[in-house]
Amino acid sequence: MKAFLTVIGKDKVGIIAAVSGLLAASGVNIEDISQTIMQGMFTMVMAVDLGGADKDFAALGAGLKKCGEDLGVEISLRHADIFNAMHKI
Amino acid sequence: MMNNLGRREILETIGMIGEHHLDIRTVTMGISLTDCITDSAAITAEKVYDKVTSSAKNLVAVAGEISAIYGIPIVNKRVSVTPIGIVGASSGGFLEIARALDRAAADIGIDFIGGYTALVQKGATAAEERFMDTIPEALSTTAKVCSSLNVASTRAGINMDAVSRAGRLIKEAAYLTRDRDGIAAAKFVVFANAVEDNPFMAGAFHGTGEADKVINVGVSGPGVVKTALEAIPDGDLSEVGETIKRTAFKITRVGQLVAKEAARRLNASFGIVDLSLAPTPAVGDSVADILEEIGLGSVGAPGTTAALMMLNDAVKKGGIMASQHVGGLSGAFIPVSEDAGMIRAAASGALTIEKLEAMTAVCSVGLDMIAVPGDTPAETISAVIADEAAIGVANGKTTAVRLIPVYGKTVGDVAEFGGLLGTAPVMRINTLSPLKLISRGGRVAAPIHANKN
Repeated sequence: MKAFLTVIGKDKVGIIAAVSGLLAASGVNIEDISQTIMQGMFTMVMAVDLGGADKDFAALGAGLKKCGEDLGVEISLRHADIFNAMHKI
Repeated sequence: MMNNLGRREILETIGMIGEHHLDIRTVTMGISLTDCITDSAAITAEKVYDKVTSSAKNLVAVAGEISAIYGIPIVNKRVSVTPIGIVGASSGGFLEIARALDRAAADIGIDFIGGYTALVQKGATAAEERFMDTIPEALSTTAKVCSSLNVASTRAGINMDAVSRAGRLIKEAAYLTRDRDGIAAAKFVVFANAVEDNPFMAGAFHGTGEADKVINVGVSGPGVVKTALEAIPDGDLSEVGETIKRTAFKITRVGQLVAKEAARRLNASFGIVDLSLAPTPAVGDSVADILEEIGLGSVGAPGTTAALMMLNDAVKKGGIMASQHVGGLSGAFIPVSEDAGMIRAAASGALTIEKLEAMTAVCSVGLDMIAVPGDTPAETISAVIADEAAIGVANGKTTAVRLIPVYGKTVGDVAEFGGLLGTAPVMRINTLSPLKLISRGGRVAAPIHANKN
């Protein structure tokens, strides 16, 4: 399953390391990363493939949410289809 | 960039959901109860309970799964059923069926169940006459059952006997729940040109032309439309229309995605996506705020009807290509108690029932969730229904009335209904008498342009 992971929040050292470390430990492959600072906020979008993940979607989402709370940023994971539906004809 | 999607687009979706209240307002399962009809009230009620609970037992769980995977809130899970005026006709056990529906709704954890309904636009059977008289008791003794009557259609004209009766039923339902600001009347809607695949309450029922088990989805998103318009403060109305269309397209695509996935997981047919822009009392989720963003000092000002017509039309044009099947009510809703901007305008006197009536000629659906003084005569309510029915019949559109006469309260007071039903300032209603018109009874003939064959 293809999904997009987004991280939005105050920039600090180690956000990418923490998120990618968690993903690697769960068997999630990162296919693309884009990050920038928008209006003073750190925003990162990752395209990920959950095909090899060792956890189901709900467990992955919960783990990422917890990781976000520890980092003081908002992390969400959504199936790619909602973005495709909205933005591709 | 990413699977042909740009970062901006991905973040736009996140913002629409996270900041601007984009949600799926309802996933509604329509269930046919025609196979539950028997001549025994007890057996029919039991079969109804079993059919609803077996068909929709996974509705809430599946909505939760879909909500988690796509990261979009699904606010309401509902069921609509075959009009009970038909289902209970043989047994006469209407109230037993109402209780079975209420119990089934509670047991499967859904928010509302609709279809305590009769379609009497041209006339009522003896069973439907008895059915209609049970509506106030059914609504005041159940929690989740919603009821509707269709009293007019473009092809049949207006059944003024049913219109007259509906006014009395609304008064009685409100009276029976006078200790709760007449909440039973908030669960009852009177239609012209009712549709068979409406996912929204209180008017949802499952038409007899429908399949056994159907998923209909209602989207929302007034906050998203308003935010999109804030980006073009100096745009002309062509640009405003285009922006609304583009936004409606995106909103509706999410509805289509959720509807298809819910139907697949629940082993049901995909019915329709309803394009209605449904507000909630939450700040930033208001249709009135969109109209004011377009350029009104307050909703209710001259120009309100024009702005609403444009909004409603652009929402449909944007949404129609985004879904395989569009249906239901599909238009902007203007319920007074469920929209923070409407509440504000009604309380300040900027918005009157007469202006709202004009607005219903150009949008979905009607005079919705309007609290009126408790001493409003039944014939006045009936006459308001007749006016709305006339707009619907003459214009070939759905119109509806959901007025709540609040016993013990008058203009300037506030009625509290709780939850999504919201808060309503009691509005002034014209006190001139329509008694003779309503007392005449009979039928208003179908308009000339209904004769299309």
